[in-house]
Amino acid sequence: MTLLEFARGPGLQWSLVILAVGMMWRLVGILALKHKPDFSEPRAGGGAMFAGAVKTVFTRMVYAKPFRTQTTLASLLSYVFHIGLAIVVFGFGPHILFIRDLTGLSWPNLPSGMIYLTGVITLGALVALLIRRMTHPVLRLLSNFDDYFSWLVTVLPIATGLLAVAHLGARYETLLGLHILSVELLLVWLPFGKLGHAFLVFVSRATTGAVFARRGAAT
Amino acid sequence: MSQPETLGLQLARRGISRRSFLKFCTAMASAMALPPAMAAQMADALAKAHRQSVIWLSFQECTGCTESLTRSHNPSLESLIFDFISLDYHHTLQAASGEAAEHAREAAMAANAGNYIVVVDGSVPLKDDGVYSTIAGITNLQMLKDTVKDAAAVVSVGTCAAFGGIPKAKPNPTGAVAISEIVTDKPVINVSGCPPIPVVITGVLSHVLTFGSIPELDHLGRPLAFFGETIHDRCYRRPFYDRGLFAKAFDDEGARKGWCLFELGCKGPTTYNACATVKWNDGTSFPIESGHGCLGCSEPDFWDGGGFYKALSQGNWGTAEGIAAAAVAGAAIGTGAAMMSRKRQQSMVQEHGESEGGTLK
Repeated sequence: MTLLEFARGPGLQWSLVILAVGMMWRLVGILALKHKPDFSEPRAGGGAMFAGAVKTVFTRMVYAKPFRTQTTLASLLSYVFHIGLAIVVFGFGPHILFIRDLTGLSWPNLPSGMIYLTGVITLGALVALLIRRMTHPVLRLLSNFDDYFSWLVTVLPIATGLLAVAHLGARYETLLGLHILSVELLLVWLPFGKLGHAFLVFVSRATTGAVFARRGAAT
Repeated sequence: MSQPETLGLQLARRGISRRSFLKFCTAMASAMALPPAMAAQMADALAKAHRQSVIWLSFQECTGCTESLTRSHNPSLESLIFDFISLDYHHTLQAASGEAAEHAREAAMAANAGNYIVVVDGSVPLKDDGVYSTIAGITNLQMLKDTVKDAAAVVSVGTCAAFGGIPKAKPNPTGAVAISEIVTDKPVINVSGCPPIPVVITGVLSHVLTFGSIPELDHLGRPLAFFGETIHDRCYRRPFYDRGLFAKAFDDEGARKGWCLFELGCKGPTTYNACATVKWNDGTSFPIESGHGCLGCSEPDFWDGGGFYKALSQGNWGTAEGIAAAAVAGAAIGTGAAMMSRKRQQSMVQEHGESEGGTLK
């Protein structure tokens, strides 16, 4: 079995199994926890709480005013790499085929050249964020293994993907195999580390929004 | 049978002009990506060479490789056989049959011991002592071992000989293996393809004849001159891949406009062969030009690659049921973890309540 065959076969299969187990474990594990009872008088009903939950998912995408000046560069870079990742993952023809194979969903793809450019920009933003993390006096102290490893498993698919399309460093089938394996590493790590925010962010923001709406606070 | 007379003398005697001979050498040098000056050196070397004895063994195969060779356009099969090599044994092409055919092989081996080239097409079955393919009562394994013993080099022609090919495809009922798994003490050149491109077969033989050595090979034992680049790298549809324009079906607008066939399962990106440059049928076209994706036939285990119409970026990830079962298992673990946490919370509240002297409600 070649590296590519392993990556497309058992590697993918097991990484998806681990992702499914891990995601459900985290989600159910959090949702089924005992919640602190709220004895306050509700200021809004169920409908308003739901609206608050949905609204907060989006309003929290904009940084609060007091933090804007301090985090302009970091937030800009974060936006660049998040949007860049979305374009690369959901806009590249072969990636859409991969997703269609898994989910049955499909949509038109973007020009491959645009994807390559976006990939380079995304990689640049991620490297800049790593440099910031390693040089910022406070951020450096706050960072742990999870932060660096999560960064690594995010960068590897982009780096190996760019190497594969450029045919740099090894034969194409090897690079493609490594690219798929790096995605599998990302899938395996996703539920267990800080990358879990990819799905937990909606849970946490929606919960905050619902609680705030119940108490009549701004969302 | 091989003759001591040099090729140059033989060609002159047969009335083949120097111009024709140089034309052949130029074509071969070009096909093997050699510098133009090498054509003259090739002509000199070939003129001084003796006719090379070649023994062609056909094992578990479909004769497609021989069919391919007989469509070789430059040099033609006739010129290859009659002018440059002495094809002393070949089931399909030889006139002799039965005992006479086997005697021809044995005689060629005795007369050219240490110098003849063995060309093999087809894989060799090993299961049940190799009974699944025999010739004149001799198993393929035995015939290969006997014939290769005194050979100078072995050329595995076709994917079956080079990598096991279709006979080796799952479940491989005959225990088929590639020639290189049996012949380990001689140089083995793999000319893979199902079938291989005719000019690649003749090009490799010409290289051996001209230089007396095997050409530079890749990690799978294939001549780099022909297997150095992927189909995708040399495909005329590559600009459409780069622009993200893909045919979604064999009869859609994209297909009619000649867009990239990646989504229809083309294996061009991972297939190393010269189809896109040398082409087939006297340089007419190659499969992608005819509107079908590359099957990857020159690569090992191409038959078990997950489907000819499945794109390379699609995985063999199992079943949705498997993933759903994993999700249910994850939910069960999550529920268990939450219950344990609740229990711990409860006991902490109790402890706290007792220490405070209060009661838990």
